[in-house]
Amino acid sequence: MLLFAVRRLASAVLVLFAISVLVFLIFFATPGVDPAARIAGRNADPATLAQVRHSFGLDRPIPIRYALMMRHLFISRDLESFVNRGAKVIPQIVQATPVTLSLVLGAAVIWVLFAVLMGTVAAWRRGTVADPLIMLAGVVGISLPVYWLGEVVNLITQSRLHGSVFSWVPPLGYVSLTDDPGQWALHLLFPWLTLAVLYAGIYARLLRSELVANLNEDYVRTARAKGISERRILIRHALRCSLIPIVSLFGLDFGALVGGAALLTEVVFGLPGVGKLTYDALQTVDLPMIMATVIYAAFFVVLANAVVDVLYARLDPRARHA
Amino acid sequence: MSAGPWRIAAGHLARNRAAMAGVAVFVVIALACLAAPLYAEHVAHTDPFRSNVSGTTVVDGRTVQVLAPSSTGLGLGVTPIGPTWDPGHYFLGADNQGRDVLARLLYGGRNSLFIGLISALLCCLIATAVGVLAGYAGGPVDALLSRTLDVVWSIPVYLLAICLSVILLTSGLRLGPITISAGSLWVPILIIAVVYVPYVARPVRGQVVALRNRDYIQAAIGTGASDVRVMRRDVLPNILPTAIVFVPIMMALDMLTESALSFLSVGVQPPDASWGTIINDGLGLLYTRPAVTIAPGLCIAATAVALNVLGDGVRDALDPGAR
Amino acid sequence: MPEPLLEVDDLRVTFRTRRGTVTAVDGLSFALAAGDTLGIVGESGSGKTVSMLSILKLIRDPNARISGRVLFRGRNLLELTDRELRDVRGRDIAMIFQDPMTALTPVYRVGWHIAEQIRAHEKVSRQAARDRAVRLLAEVGIPEPGRRVDNYPHEFSGGMRQRAVIAMALACNPALLIADEPTTALDVTTQAQVLDLMRRLRETHGSAIVVITHDMGVVSEIADRVLVMYGGRAVERGPKREVFRRPRHPYTWGLLDSVPRMAGPRVRRLPMIPGTPIGPLDLPAGCGFAPRCRLRHQACEVRPELADAPTGGTRNGASEHVDACWLPAEGRAALRERSREESRG
Repeated sequence: MLLFAVRRLASAVLVLFAISVLVFLIFFATPGVDPAARIAGRNADPATLAQVRHSFGLDRPIPIRYALMMRHLFISRDLESFVNRGAKVIPQIVQATPVTLSLVLGAAVIWVLFAVLMGTVAAWRRGTVADPLIMLAGVVGISLPVYWLGEVVNLITQSRLHGSVFSWVPPLGYVSLTDDPGQWALHLLFPWLTLAVLYAGIYARLLRSELVANLNEDYVRTARAKGISERRILIRHALRCSLIPIVSLFGLDFGALVGGAALLTEVVFGLPGVGKLTYDALQTVDLPMIMATVIYAAFFVVLANAVVDVLYARLDPRARHA
Repeated sequence: MSAGPWRIAAGHLARNRAAMAGVAVFVVIALACLAAPLYAEHVAHTDPFRSNVSGTTVVDGRTVQVLAPSSTGLGLGVTPIGPTWDPGHYFLGADNQGRDVLARLLYGGRNSLFIGLISALLCCLIATAVGVLAGYAGGPVDALLSRTLDVVWSIPVYLLAICLSVILLTSGLRLGPITISAGSLWVPILIIAVVYVPYVARPVRGQVVALRNRDYIQAAIGTGASDVRVMRRDVLPNILPTAIVFVPIMMALDMLTESALSFLSVGVQPPDASWGTIINDGLGLLYTRPAVTIAPGLCIAATAVALNVLGDGVRDALDPGAR
Repeated sequence: MPEPLLEVDDLRVTFRTRRGTVTAVDGLSFALAAGDTLGIVGESGSGKTVSMLSILKLIRDPNARISGRVLFRGRNLLELTDRELRDVRGRDIAMIFQDPMTALTPVYRVGWHIAEQIRAHEKVSRQAARDRAVRLLAEVGIPEPGRRVDNYPHEFSGGMRQRAVIAMALACNPALLIADEPTTALDVTTQAQVLDLMRRLRETHGSAIVVITHDMGVVSEIADRVLVMYGGRAVERGPKREVFRRPRHPYTWGLLDSVPRMAGPRVRRLPMIPGTPIGPLDLPAGCGFAPRCRLRHQACEVRPELADAPTGGTRNGASEHVDACWLPAEGRAALRERSREESRG
């Protein structure tokens, strides 16, 4: 087990390294414009350009540039935005992380609950109208642009019905959990629901097809021949086995969302999370910020992947020896 | 492979009422978008790409301004005309530059559908090539390609697409003889196609590996058939269904991605429009003129639902066991 | 015969398909006494598995229709509610299936499976159920049962898994054990061991057994009585000794002749039954075997009933050995010899 953990950690570090190289190459080695001009932002003056060149070692070979970049990011943690002169990038990300975590954790709870419910009922009621109806709801869920759904939710809860049904909905923004848990939840309620719609659809569809496949397995027939109740067969046997692939997908999605893939939801609901940082950086073409957030995202994805691998072994005894 | 299995699959698909409804919805939307110039010139008499700040139009027989001075708040700015439900005069109203929303919607749909379709095809093509190469070659080639796909896939797609967009939108792309200028539609097409390659290539590779271990392929290799022959005769025909299953769902996914990138202003660049850019245009008008936001979103959602339902139908038709 | 344990009467299983109604089991009848072993033999698609699944209503296909009567201890199983049926399954009638590799839920330990079986039917503590699981594993010959009880199915070999499945099936001392091709997926030496185990357990647990197989060898090892099925119908039924010594139906001849023999004259090539097994879709109106039978004649266009002597009269006065064939009751042995000569041709 220890050996497994060490090997897993080593491969995680390796993947992280590969991602950082990839991102570095995208920003510093794509042909075309002078990278200094990119980093310094639009209409930078010659002095800034020179400073950028020196600070990122742009006159030196690529491996050294990479090393310098990583030092700015991880060791001295003094990567600076050149659009917002002097604004340090890393502290901003650290500050934004709890917001994103709050958003994604809550949404994950909701989407997993809904997906398990929808997928199980659909597989259970296969052959009746309930199955295609639930699955249609799932398809609609994965087909709605999330930012647009957020806009429509805002339109209804902040404007059109704010005077009546939704008068209790607070204005957009974020309240920290430690300041006021009630307001925290209230502010995040609609962002949670909006973000959960897409993933509930994906997971419900996946879970249903896994369940249907598992219910056709021989072991289900064995269980039936043993005199086990249908409910127990569905939940203890089929659902238990169907959750294995769901967990590995969940790890990936959760990691990606915490890493900033929730940016559309954050932007629409005005939540100052990591995704919002990326978005703001995009508006001003603030490359150091974008680069930092992407590498931060990769860190979470790799971390989530490693956690999933360990969890996976707990869930699937067959994976323990592999 | 003979026409047999394909014909059976086509028959299956044709009998699938949900999938056929999806096809119908998609065709209606696509035809409407193709007819965009007809609508703009002959029905609405407007140029949806020129701002029309001081224009007027006729509502209920009265001439009104397209952009009226704002009556709410501080009275600053303007409020564009809302939906008139009159096809000749701003059916869905105007955006904040006085442009006809419906006409822009149809033109934008052309770009959204075009980008979605081409990037889905491109993605499946590249992914099949990479997947087949990795799965068939095995060994170090496979290891290198597979690890690369893993690494690319562990960067969240939207973030990777954003990075690539930021770079390509500032400088364009020169790859040998191919030059793509920064504002071209090909920038989002290329980016969206590339970021989803691992998503398709990994299952394709898995299939090829499984196929390669199948007895009849081993037998074909054993009889001394060349790699090209085995690939063409035995591997590709068996991989094709997998790749085809991905096309409709990738098109839905690609359209959603395009709209998100355009919404973030790193997708389709003005003066071109897409459904995503129109939603972005509607941001500031959300509470006063929600039609500008709602209409393109509904178009995206309807198209994506149609494509996803069709995709499910194609999967069931090509792989009856998966039902 | 005393009051039978299981009496199947005119069992019929049909499936509605796009190409019309398909009859998988067509009027099957037999009786089984307590403690007896019946071997049901036939090629794949002959309806033997479907008929046994339908006895416990384990067919989940919504297009399936089951009719007839299945009396178990005087109760018609086909009329029981799901709840009542659940009490019968596993406790009174246990069933084991062909492939031991997929028969157990992969995420649970072997002992968990056995304990689940026990606790589904008896109110016993977790610990007591586990202790019984260990004893059962020991009984079916799993080495180190105290340790193995905590293994996962994938840590067992195929033969061990089938033993575990048998242990699970016997956990509640069922009066009837239905075994569907219990040895087919195993290698030859394991096959013999599993058959041996089943024979032994029949003595200790006193269960009646129905073995479904396509292998006459298995029947000769374990069965007391034989039922030969073809195309969803019973074509011959009788005590094992009788059926093996004096097989009557041409299909049974074919089955017996295709088993290699240790004694007797060596044959250059094993005879085989010409043609391919019939699917339930293209069942003829008359005798199902006629299209493959060398001895078919006019009469075969009418379906023969299972009888002591379908052509009339009785043979030897014994009615336990019956078959469904229009050939004259007398002189079948000579006919068999002649057709065997022809098939070697």
